[in-house]
Amino acid sequence: MKITVAGIKKEVADGLTVAQLVIDEKVETPEYVTVTVNDDFVDHGQFEETVLKDGDTVEFLYFMGGGQ
Amino acid sequence: MIKLSKSDYDKIVAHAQSEAPIEACGLIAGELNGNDKIVKKVYILTNVDHAEEHFTLDPKEQLFAVKDMRANGLTPLGNWHSHPVSPSRPSDEDKRLAYDSSASYMILSLMDDEPVLNSFHIEGDKAEKEELVIVQD
Repeated sequence: MKITVAGIKKEVADGLTVAQLVIDEKVETPEYVTVTVNDDFVDHGQFEETVLKDGDTVEFLYFMGGGQ
Repeated sequence: MIKLSKSDYDKIVAHAQSEAPIEACGLIAGELNGNDKIVKKVYILTNVDHAEEHFTLDPKEQLFAVKDMRANGLTPLGNWHSHPVSPSRPSDEDKRLAYDSSASYMILSLMDDEPVLNSFHIEGDKAEKEELVIVQD
């Protein structure tokens, strides 16, 4: 199936989960990454259960914060 | 070196002053030219912490900004935030939460009469000031 990851179309295996995609994409500091699928935010606790579908669009957003 | 237009600098200062004493924050995007970064667009985002000593970018606005960057052929260059009552240097928390060593972290201090903006490269617990050039539009 084809999905779009960070604006790039990719061919991936059917049944791919968000958790596996995070690994496959070698996402740095995954504990601080927010994932959206078709603009819906996926809770970290749902990464394993969230199965991607053909045509899905995925974005990785890195936590940005701090304090004085 | 990182270049920022005077109008974008003014945009950051004006927003930070309007939000004080809450910390203001946002993203910067533009072009890479060798080792130089040229900021072409400054994004103003909501500090979802609404706090005087912390900031977290609103993830929904961050998603919108990332898409806007891509649509306009801009490269994400880093982020900016204000220190309403402390100097323009990364705090321990700023360094701890700086996960992207390729990013520039701009910090605007409003503690004195004149705002002070610096840009930093942060890697681990080490922060190094980058050469920041404000250019007339």
